[in-house]
Amino acid sequence: MTYLAKPRLHHPALEHNKLGFTRRDYEGAISTLCAGCGHDSISAAIIQACFELDLPPHRIAKLSGIGCSSKTPTYFLGSSHGFNSVHGRMPSVLTGANLANRELIYLGVSGDGDSASIGLGQFAHSLRRGVNMVYIVENNGVYGLTKGQFSATADKGSKSKKGALNTDAPIDMVSMALQLGATFVARSFSGDKEQLVPLIKAAVLHRGAAFIDVISPCVAFNNHPGSTKSYDYVREHNEAVNRLDFITGRPEIKADYAPGTVEEVTQHDGTVLRLRKLHAEYDPHDRIAAMRYLQERQAAGEVVTGLLYADPEPADLHAHLNTVDMPFNQLGERELCPGAAALDTLNASLR
Amino acid sequence: MPQEAQRTNDFVIKFANVNGSGSASANALFAKSILRMGVPVSPRNIFPSNIQGLPTWYEVRVSEAGYLGRRGGVDLMVAMNPQTWDQDVAEIEPGGYLFYDSTRPIPKSKFRDDIHVIGMPLTEICNREYSDARERQLFKNIIYVGALSALLELDLKEVEKLIGEQYKGKEKLLEPNIKALHMGRDYAASFLPSIDLKVKRVDKVGNRIFLEGNSAAALGAVYGGATVAAWYPITPSSSLAEAFARHCRKYRVDPNTGKSRFAIIQAEDELASIGMVIGAAWNGARAFTATSGPGISLMQEFIGLAYFAEVPAVIFDVQRGGPSTGMPTRTQQSDVLLCAYASHGDTKHVLLFPADPKEAFDLGAQAFDLADRLQTPVFVMLDLDIGMNERLCEPLEWNDAHHYDRGKVMSFQDLEAGKEFGRYLDADGDGIPYRTYPGTHPARGAYFTRGTTKDRYARYSEAGLDYVENMQRLLRKFETAKQHVPKPELRAARHPTRSAVLYFGSTAPAMQEALDRLTEQGLHLDALRVRAFPFTDEVSEFIAEHDQVFVVEQNRDAQLRMLLVNECVIDPAKLIPILHYDGTPITARFIVAEIAQQMNALKVAPLRRVAP
Repeated sequence: MTYLAKPRLHHPALEHNKLGFTRRDYEGAISTLCAGCGHDSISAAIIQACFELDLPPHRIAKLSGIGCSSKTPTYFLGSSHGFNSVHGRMPSVLTGANLANRELIYLGVSGDGDSASIGLGQFAHSLRRGVNMVYIVENNGVYGLTKGQFSATADKGSKSKKGALNTDAPIDMVSMALQLGATFVARSFSGDKEQLVPLIKAAVLHRGAAFIDVISPCVAFNNHPGSTKSYDYVREHNEAVNRLDFITGRPEIKADYAPGTVEEVTQHDGTVLRLRKLHAEYDPHDRIAAMRYLQERQAAGEVVTGLLYADPEPADLHAHLNTVDMPFNQLGERELCPGAAALDTLNASLR
Repeated sequence: MPQEAQRTNDFVIKFANVNGSGSASANALFAKSILRMGVPVSPRNIFPSNIQGLPTWYEVRVSEAGYLGRRGGVDLMVAMNPQTWDQDVAEIEPGGYLFYDSTRPIPKSKFRDDIHVIGMPLTEICNREYSDARERQLFKNIIYVGALSALLELDLKEVEKLIGEQYKGKEKLLEPNIKALHMGRDYAASFLPSIDLKVKRVDKVGNRIFLEGNSAAALGAVYGGATVAAWYPITPSSSLAEAFARHCRKYRVDPNTGKSRFAIIQAEDELASIGMVIGAAWNGARAFTATSGPGISLMQEFIGLAYFAEVPAVIFDVQRGGPSTGMPTRTQQSDVLLCAYASHGDTKHVLLFPADPKEAFDLGAQAFDLADRLQTPVFVMLDLDIGMNERLCEPLEWNDAHHYDRGKVMSFQDLEAGKEFGRYLDADGDGIPYRTYPGTHPARGAYFTRGTTKDRYARYSEAGLDYVENMQRLLRKFETAKQHVPKPELRAARHPTRSAVLYFGSTAPAMQEALDRLTEQGLHLDALRVRAFPFTDEVSEFIAEHDQVFVVEQNRDAQLRMLLVNECVIDPAKLIPILHYDGTPITARFIVAEIAQQMNALKVAPLRRVAP
């Protein structure tokens, strides 16, 4: 980390998006995480994705729990409201916020300690309910802020920096998300921005519960030989099932793809996801097959990444509850208060 | 046999039943029939944490004078549960009545000499009349209501009318119920002796209404503009959330689109419930949760966050006997300290103490204005006695001219005009800062919400000075709260006195009767009903004006008294605790006995007026 203030001056040639913002307008305060932390790469990917999607930064709400990962919302989207809540409870706060105003984009940032241990329940139930959000777990298999204890996603047999062997079975959040009914499930690697940025963009536009598990190595406590969440290990075992080219509008398919290797998925709002298949047999619309594939490849020691499952017609919590279109936080007495006359009728029925 | 006086419109009748036997609706029918004769009644369910087979009681106070608290003692026991026979018989007042099912002979030793015994072969009558087991059970209840209507001289027309209302649209059920009612009444008229307890038509109910506190509080949430409710089932608060759902279906569905202007989430636990409430309120919706003591314990961390981050939240605490597996179906006022100082760090919270369903509605709605105005959690302290019993109260009222007080929220226009925004900046000197809803302005007013590591502009800071400044401002805000919370209610003694009593919440109706009885004994007390914490100046002034102040509470540790000693800096010797905490609602007799004993022991001489 550095104590130097970020310069406000922009290079005049800095690229502008459709809203006239530069990439810098999506940045936040300077990171206080360790140099080389995977989380900073994820923050950069979020910044890139929001910039490329032409999102007005103030229409995004970023929420987090507690931990290194949950500190990161300070480091991106400085013009967005943020909420650093309590440990493991980001999903409930996000759910409530989403109910209050359905028009904003909700970005939940959490870690493996925050979501796989203390917050496992809230992680599960927010996905079950289909809250319209992007839920990113910055997964490093370790408790960083408390200096190196194993987290619940650490693989069985992996070694801590101090040499202790993990004997507990790992929680695979992607498999859980699939089982719990998340309508968009992906896994990526903080060291692979080309894969991660389009996944975040697709997740933002997905109108349902979108979950992305991002393996994000901890340089301070989990980047040593024997760790299965180190840069080297993940690079070596990363098995991407597809590459996502994110496209807004409906552009031409470029001819340089071999037939059968490209699939287009039209999202609810008309945007198109173009998937370049790296494994011909992998079908990202088959939840059950995805679960089986993940288990098999995991048993073989692979870290499967890519867009693992997407439901092109998702329904979210607001749809389930049949709520009005106008955000709740804009409703006033006129819409909410039944008034004195209704009480007269009610009183009469209670005598 | 002791001397008896004709007791018209002033007695206690208690039904001892087995839960799950269908007695509840018959008993409610009985109570409401008396109400329809213009005589105030106050029924109370005393029930087990169980669905079927355990003892349950329904105690009805009949009081033309309008006392709606428990008096203590029973004048007529309807003993329908052999399991609790001994205890039920023992509870009857000398000279009182025992009404029982005499189908099977009961040994003489099981009765008392100083009570009247009225046997009626209910099972025999039912078995003769009905062959279906469920019918036998259900109609037995209606038959005893019929018999009681004869004994107490209830207006049969009123009972029939009520049955008619109950089975409107289900006429097939109407006829057999009316028949069972008559069967009981005819038997009693022919074979049972007359008793001296009577109900006579008067006009003492007026336009008052009869409803449960939980339902009223939920309606308060509807009127108060709550759009998000997140809850986890827990007795005795579940019926509040369920009532909110019912009221919303009636009042909050957009007639044009059929869409809902509300969202109700049955969460996975209490932690998630309060998390959703805080998230929704942070984002500008009015939100609440309903729970009981164990739920409050689970919410502690979040409540602290809401206090420090200054997020509004409304929490209905329907209090019961603790701890988590304690006495879930019994009433207490034992969460006062838990809520007043909920969470870690230095915290204090606003508490409201409604006394009946009318106030549960009023304060339930007001809580949302308070939470928004003060940007902090507000607790509405109900209890099982108020929440889960039907109570006679003044009709609900609403002022259509009232606008929701959304507190200090900066709009797009404010920000655009360049108004200075510091999320934790005390711009007005009242300790309350301005907030913005997420998404308001593209360039101004965004801030990062966190606990206490921040300065007045919500920038990250671990500096001690910033922390202290923030904590001092929170104290100023709590001072400001005193101007907004409801003031206490005074009932001055008929004669000047140096003695006084403080009480709150569901103790109120029993206190009314107790004060009248104490006055009859020449014991005069000024009485103040506390309605909120922080205590307004009236409370400390009232204590200062008296030599001794009884503090009546339904908990063991005198929690309100502790709060008074602590917050108003009062000599503890001055505050005498009167404590009732066995899980049943406090009675007038208990209060009278305790206060009279202490006052007599202290030899309190009535103050005489100074001669001119």
